[in-house]
Amino acid sequence: MGLSWRRWMFFFCMFLLVFPALAGDKRVWKPLDKDGLHDPQGPSIRELQNPADALSILPPDLIGNMVRWVGALDQGFIQPRANLQPGTKVTVLDMDLIFGKTGDQPYVRFPHKAHTEWLDCANCHEGIFKTKFNASGITMAQILEGRFCGVCHGAVAFPLTECTRCHSVTPDSFKGAFGAQNQTPAGK
Amino acid sequence: MRKIRRLLENKTGWWFLSVLAVGWVAGLFHAQPAGAEYADVVLNRLSEANGVRPVIYPHWFHRIRFRCKVCHSELGFKMKAGGNDINMLELMDGKFCGSCHNNNIAWGLENCHRCHSGLKGLETGIRGGHKAGGPGVW
Repeated sequence: MGLSWRRWMFFFCMFLLVFPALAGDKRVWKPLDKDGLHDPQGPSIRELQNPADALSILPPDLIGNMVRWVGALDQGFIQPRANLQPGTKVTVLDMDLIFGKTGDQPYVRFPHKAHTEWLDCANCHEGIFKTKFNASGITMAQILEGRFCGVCHGAVAFPLTECTRCHSVTPDSFKGAFGAQNQTPAGK
Repeated sequence: MRKIRRLLENKTGWWFLSVLAVGWVAGLFHAQPAGAEYADVVLNRLSEANGVRPVIYPHWFHRIRFRCKVCHSELGFKMKAGGNDINMLELMDGKFCGSCHNNNIAWGLENCHRCHSGLKGLETGIRGGHKAGGPGVW
C-alpha cells in the first residue's frame, strides 16, 4: 500500500517537472492599460497596439520582450527597414571577434553580423568601442554600469543576466588567435 | 531522493510537500511580467510642464518596422533616454520623430495623445522590469 502511494507521488513529481514544457507558450505581456506607464483613462488606450498582439507570433525568448529579435529578423518574421533616405549606405559586416582574458568565464564571441544587421558601424565606432581589437579596456563591471555592451544589453537588447550568450566559447574548443575570425564558425 | 522518501513517512512531510507542490503550480499560472514592456522609454522633460501627458515610446513596436540604425544613425537619436534635446517644433520641421510621423510613413503629429499617453508624474528614463533597472545611467 505504502509503495503504491510512493509510486503515485513519483508520477505526480514527474508531471510537475514536465508540466511547463507541456503547457506550451506561457509568455505573458501586460496590456497597455495595466503596464504602469500608460494612463488607462487616456484616449490612446483604445488606439495603440498591445505588446501581446505583435510579439506573441515572434520567436520566443524567456527574457526581455520575450522575443528573439535577431532570430525574428534572420528567419524573416519581421522585415524592418534599414534606411529612410535612399542614399544611406547600409553595411553588414560578417566577422566574429573572440575575446580572451575572461577570467573563469568562457571566452566571448562577438558576432558583427547580428549587430550590423540592426546597427550602423558609427553607433559603436569610434564612440562606445575603439575599432582596434582589445583597445577599449572593456570590463564586466563597466558593462554592468551601462557602458560598452551595457549601453544596449540590459536596456533594449537581451539583459546581462544571459551570461552564456556572450561567454559562449570554452577554452577547450578554441585554440586559435584572439581577435577577428575571418569566417563565421559553423553553427553560428 | 532518500530524504524525500523519509519526508513521506510522516504526516507533516506530506503536508510540507503538498503545500510546496500547490504553491509551485499556482506560481506557474500566475506568472506576470513586472510592468512596463522591456525597453519602453518615458520622456517627461517638457511634457507635463506644458500640460500634456508624458511620452511613452515603445521600442518593441518600432523595431518590428525599423532597424536601430534608422533612428540612431540616420535620424540622429542618441542612445540615451532623455539625452536628445528635442521639442515639438523640430518634429514639425520633419526632424526626429517627425521624419516618419508626418501622415506619410506613419500617422501625423496631430495625434498628440498617441505619444503623450503616460501617467502623470513619470520620470524620464528607460523601463521594462528589474532586468532593465540597471544603475540608472540609461
